[in-house]
Amino acid sequence: MTVRVQTESFDQGAELSGFAQGRSDLGAVVSFTGIVRDEAGTLDRMEIEHYPGMTEKAIASIVDEATRRWSLADCLVIHRHGPLRPGDQIMMVATASAHRVAAFEAAEFLMDYLKSRAPFWKKEFTKDGDTDWVDAKVNDEDALKRWEE
Amino acid sequence: MIDVMYFAWVRERIGEPRERIETSAATVAELVDELRAREPRYAAAFEDLSALRVALDQELSEFDASLDGVREVAFFPPMTGG
Repeated sequence: MTVRVQTESFDQGAELSGFAQGRSDLGAVVSFTGIVRDEAGTLDRMEIEHYPGMTEKAIASIVDEATRRWSLADCLVIHRHGPLRPGDQIMMVATASAHRVAAFEAAEFLMDYLKSRAPFWKKEFTKDGDTDWVDAKVNDEDALKRWEE
Repeated sequence: MIDVMYFAWVRERIGEPRERIETSAATVAELVDELRAREPRYAAAFEDLSALRVALDQELSEFDASLDGVREVAFFPPMTGG
């Protein structure tokens, strides 16, 4: 299990080539990469603030919960903070399991919890010079409910 | 003494990321009341508690939680990771 919180970008191809390498008991690897979106064409940049210390603990506990629920051979979470431009990669998760259902479900679970339970906050800076903290969405909180046991 | 940290717009409204506070507050809610009474910038930051979350020693908690033995309190808006 690997968790990295960093400002620098990452090479998702290289990360995946090195992920769960040399294992013959795996049947599935699933990965998700989150990218800074600018649908309206007005975004200059985004800055992601986080809570050093709590961030790593919160992600580790989300990963622990995923490995408790699904049989995962490996799990990777990378999340960036600091300034990011439209099109930049924000984060990625990867899961490896014997079967694809577990790998897909665990990756979705990780994404849902990272959105609402990992202490990151996004601030958008528009090309016009406006700034705005991104609000959490009701949908994000609702997404957690389907995982309640 | 307790370390109090602020993130995102809470940090911006209060104007600093962290401070050490001498307090006799027994719960988070009591600490919030003390802070609100200090200056308008605190009252502005803590105007609507439903828009805020609190962590005690880096674990998500609740406003009615006890501060007994707690070293670090953090206030912030709902998280927007991923």
